Amino acid sequence: MTLKNANQTQLRFKARDPVLVLDMDKAGHVRTPFYVRRKIGEVIDFRGYFLNPEELSIGNTAGPAVALYRVRFMMKDLWPNYNLDRTDVLCIEVYDHWLAPIANDEARP
Amino acid sequence: MNPTQRPHEHTHSHEHDHEHAPQAVEDGQSDVDGQQLVDALQAVLIKKGILSAGEVTLEIQNLESPGTHLGAKLVARAWLDPEFRSKLLRNGKDAAAELKIKVGEAQLVVVENTATVHNLIVCTLCSCYPRSILGQPPSWYVSKAYRARAVREPAAVLAEFGLDVAADVQISVHDSNADMRFLVLPQRPANTDGLSEESLTKLVTRDCMIGVSKALDIPMNFTR
Repeated sequence: MTLKNANQTQLRFKARDPVLVLDMDKAGHVRTPFYVRRKIGEVIDFRGYFLNPEELSIGNTAGPAVALYRVRFMMKDLWPNYNLDRTDVLCIEVYDHWLAPIANDEARP
Repeated sequence: MNPTQRPHEHTHSHEHDHEHAPQAVEDGQSDVDGQQLVDALQAVLIKKGILSAGEVTLEIQNLESPGTHLGAKLVARAWLDPEFRSKLLRNGKDAAAELKIKVGEAQLVVVENTATVHNLIVCTLCSCYPRSILGQPPSWYVSKAYRARAVREPAAVLAEFGLDVAADVQISVHDSNADMRFLVLPQRPANTDGLSEESLTKLVTRDCMIGVSKALDIPMNFTR
């Protein structure tokens, strides 16, 4: 279910912002797979506000809704020994609280 | 029940409805524990009058009635109508609604194959799939092998499906891990100018809308 931004909070990220995926020690119905954690990617777009699945799965359906972004990674940044002849990318959805901002010069050393 | 092996055995429906991988595909045998749990839950709900057996049957029917023809219609229309194509790429759900196709999922993100980009859809965490327009996913889509390998070595996986993607074509893998559902808009096959929408839909397979193949070429004996 797409929700309105109940809190009118400012979006933290915009398209092309470099972001770091956090490696939080959370149990349960977590939708951030391990293979993107601690990896740096780039925001594709903001997709709306959604109820947090980590809360929904334990019956907390009252919200608040959280911002959901799509983030793009270079495959060679995700996997060791990825074929360097290829420029393949991985796109995935990440909820706001799993993302940290990073400076542009940190993203592309 | 071993919780480390079966983290997703619960069968309640979340508000945004992540589908969970059927265990039958995971371990090659029927999921007896899970089935007993579902049967017991259903029996209690019916006994309490919260739902009826008929409603359960109807819901199963609703789940299983959509088919790939709905996705194929979106693709064929996009091939024929540039304005519709733009709308479909901007907001898949709204564009589908124009063709009276109801997308049940929160959003439909349509990703377009081009001469330089090839898109591939996977759900690494379970089996999220645009069921309202493609029906139920094929068993390989739900398999752990596909889910693990599609994000790790997509070119090799596609080659096994019979699709060689040149090194200068970027493979863009979409992990459908949360609230979005994805549909690939395949490239229109050559020599299809003048074909009707209905004829074009016959070239649009389930697999090309997941991204493991291209749309079909027109057969040699095809009559226009």
